[in-house]
Amino acid sequence: MTVTADGPLPETAYDVAVVGAGVVGCAIARALARHPRLRIALVEAQDDVGQGTSKANTSILHTGFDAAPGTLEARLVRDGYERLGAYAAETGIPVERVGALLVAWDEEQLAALPRLAAKAERNGYHDTRPLSPGELYAREPRLGPGALGALHVPGESIICPWTTTLAYATQAVHAGVDLHLNTPVQHASRQDGGHRLLTSRGTLHARRLVNAAGLHADTVDRLLGHEDFTVTPRRGQLLVYDKLARPLVRHILLPVPTALGKGVLVAPTVYGNVLLGPTAEDLDDKRATGSTAEGLAGLRDKGRRILPDLLQEEVTAVYAGLRAATGQEDYRIAAHPGQGYVTVGGIRSTGLTASLAIAAHVTGLLAETGLDLGPRRELEPVTMPNLGESFPRPYQRPELIAADPEYGTLVCHCERVSRGEIRDALAGPIPPRTLEGLRRRTRARAGRCQGFYCGAAVRELFERARA
Amino acid sequence: MVVGAGPAGLVAAARLASSGAGRVEVLEREQEAGGVLRHCAHGGFGSRSRPRTGPEYAHLLAEAAARAGAVIRTGVTVLDWGASSGAMASPGLPAARVSEAGRGTPDHGGASAAVPPGAGRGVPEGVGGAGGIGLHTVGPEREPVLRVVGPRGHETIAARAVVLATGARERPRTARLVPGTRPAGVYTTGELQQAVHLFGQHIGTRAVVVGAENVSYAAADTVRAAGAEVVALVTEQPRAQVPLCRAQSVRLGRGIALLTDTTVTELLGHGRLSGVRVRHRDGRATVLACDTVVFTGDFIPDHELARRGALVLDAGTRGPAVNGSLHTSRYGVFAAGNVLHAVEPAATAAREGARAAGAVLDFLGTGAGAGWPGPGLALTVEAPLRWIAPNRISPANRPEQYVLRTEVTLRRPALYVRQGGRLLHRERRVPGTALPHRTLTLGAGWHDRVDPEGGQVRVSAEA
Repeated sequence: MTVTADGPLPETAYDVAVVGAGVVGCAIARALARHPRLRIALVEAQDDVGQGTSKANTSILHTGFDAAPGTLEARLVRDGYERLGAYAAETGIPVERVGALLVAWDEEQLAALPRLAAKAERNGYHDTRPLSPGELYAREPRLGPGALGALHVPGESIICPWTTTLAYATQAVHAGVDLHLNTPVQHASRQDGGHRLLTSRGTLHARRLVNAAGLHADTVDRLLGHEDFTVTPRRGQLLVYDKLARPLVRHILLPVPTALGKGVLVAPTVYGNVLLGPTAEDLDDKRATGSTAEGLAGLRDKGRRILPDLLQEEVTAVYAGLRAATGQEDYRIAAHPGQGYVTVGGIRSTGLTASLAIAAHVTGLLAETGLDLGPRRELEPVTMPNLGESFPRPYQRPELIAADPEYGTLVCHCERVSRGEIRDALAGPIPPRTLEGLRRRTRARAGRCQGFYCGAAVRELFERARA
Repeated sequence: MVVGAGPAGLVAAARLASSGAGRVEVLEREQEAGGVLRHCAHGGFGSRSRPRTGPEYAHLLAEAAARAGAVIRTGVTVLDWGASSGAMASPGLPAARVSEAGRGTPDHGGASAAVPPGAGRGVPEGVGGAGGIGLHTVGPEREPVLRVVGPRGHETIAARAVVLATGARERPRTARLVPGTRPAGVYTTGELQQAVHLFGQHIGTRAVVVGAENVSYAAADTVRAAGAEVVALVTEQPRAQVPLCRAQSVRLGRGIALLTDTTVTELLGHGRLSGVRVRHRDGRATVLACDTVVFTGDFIPDHELARRGALVLDAGTRGPAVNGSLHTSRYGVFAAGNVLHAVEPAATAAREGARAAGAVLDFLGTGAGAGWPGPGLALTVEAPLRWIAPNRISPANRPEQYVLRTEVTLRRPALYVRQGGRLLHRERRVPGTALPHRTLTLGAGWHDRVDPEGGQVRVSAEA
């Protein structure tokens, strides 16, 4: 089991190097890890897995009902939805099948609903159902006034994106994948029929290369001599409302897509909060993950219409993520067999849902480049700590507390995170290197007080474990 | 049963225990009693003649409560209210033992408190057993029940009365909707004080303090105690919310700038904070380079338990609505301290703790099952006043006084109390100016003039 974050990289060549440890890169590494003969490196520029788009999205497990029919994305989302649903049940990733309502607020949107239902059919999704205003308000009594009807998509679900990425990475590392953090790739060249990657931590050799660099996939692609696409970061700002707002909403409330874009949604989270967002702003700066006054004000205006009572509740968190838009309504997955190279670009907001299907697809493409995958085995299952409110949290489990009282000692009160969970995360196979990393593994400091009560105590536990 | 071992809870517990109220327990989720006092290293607490630091005062209060016979249990968290029927633990809780404050003897003895796996989701251990007290004896159905977790497992505790003293916290940067990136180095005063005074953590080298009220100046002191520099205090208000002499001594004596009429518009930096963008009311904007920012003040009651218990909240304070004797809307549940008004000084919280204890004693004295006051008349404020507490009027429960807050600075305001068109009371504040983040009080002498049938009572401030 190898996870490194500093020092020189191993000198021997890997069979495959996956660049980018987001949800897609981790899923690919995990899929390749099924083949024990392969020596695999997962190379990440930042200090943790899932640090880019994977950590800052709407956390929805999509059915793919509204994908562009016939695209690769539509196929992989549909396939990935099934795969991830099963995987989540097996590993303890929290998923809640709350269903979505596409709410029509005007005649134009109402008229679009049958077209969306037909599109869902073409995507192989047959469970949508139109709702009258009466049925809609029976399902969502706190919805703002004036809605004309809705389309119900019962399969749309909410999921924990952090646990998903971490589960893939954990399984991959357990199965022998080397995870190299803090390793940005600066240059790539060919040597002896393989790849020679120059990184901030020295040179890494690999026979095959998978580019899963997310927002930077175009940059890595250019290092390999391709000019196929440009990633334009599309910023999505989101507001996370307090847990006390959770009873206000039962479904994911989706806007009806119009010519003006996909619009703003209101959705519960598996942590028991309510999300409002995202904005959609095309930017040039791939580090522009800040929120703006205009963005937040705009979201609040839209939220007031959708769920007026939500605005009375406290905001717990604000964040902004960047989606890897490429100007084309599909993924940019391409194999370059001559180079022993597969690029996995343009994975947009559906990447979380599609991750396992993308991984299977990419594994196939690598085989087509002539890579001998060798025999295949099943991976050791992992069980992830539960961060979801719909499943028993450690503090709710008497048998756990009886066996180890640390699970009954709460440190983070807003999120009810026990000292036992923090201890476990700090001792985990891929330990957090920052308090933010610890938050994504435990929810510690993620609540309404944002550390007023527990911040210093959590930091103390973190620093003691890291010392 | 007292929830929260801050000044209000500890004083309430001490008075209840010393008055023979039966078994009195304080449940505290932190590892130490004292609440916010634990990390207020500055002086000024306790009596005028013998001022103490926060931790000293917390220690005194905890000792007094323990000496009086109250049991202070730290490291245990009240999760929620139990089924109000009083008969069962709620089905969601695979619990637990049952104790009964006032009559029962909770078993604090190690492993026996922990319920073995599969120990039934139905009847809690101890019910009807030898020495256990069957819940059928627990009196009226409405008696409050608390669900608790700690290192020894779960408990469902029925109490004849509950005093909620859960305090208040500062709203963090996110709730204030301050835009920008999410770097490290962003604090509230509460986190800062704990980091520095309880754990001796490094906090950075240059800090901007947002706010200019008492707590902001305390935060600035803490920053300096940690060996860091205070770049400036920044406030949207036109002046500091402390006596001018204090503001001046900090500004001139220590050379710390005070930026008034100024808003923090953006946090900058990736990984670690690199600066805050500020804008003056006149439009000028600049970036203050810093690696630490402390958001001070802007307190909000920690009302989660109150809301989980469906207590009626006051729209102004956002804490439980209470009458002059600190009865909440829920039978057997009282509230005291800063959960009622975020925030007042510890001395006010302590006084209210004592007052709540008196009301609990009256309630227990008349026997459980006695009447619980009705909702009473609403007492509301008109802008620019923000809130008033207590905020319900019931004829038999006259408070000692009311506390209020104004949204803006008022010079020599007079307070008017009216019911319908009728003026009940007029009071001019001495001395002079009312500030947004400072206590404003109103006497209760007009209480008897309220017509119980006359509808809501309103308080306004006029120059």
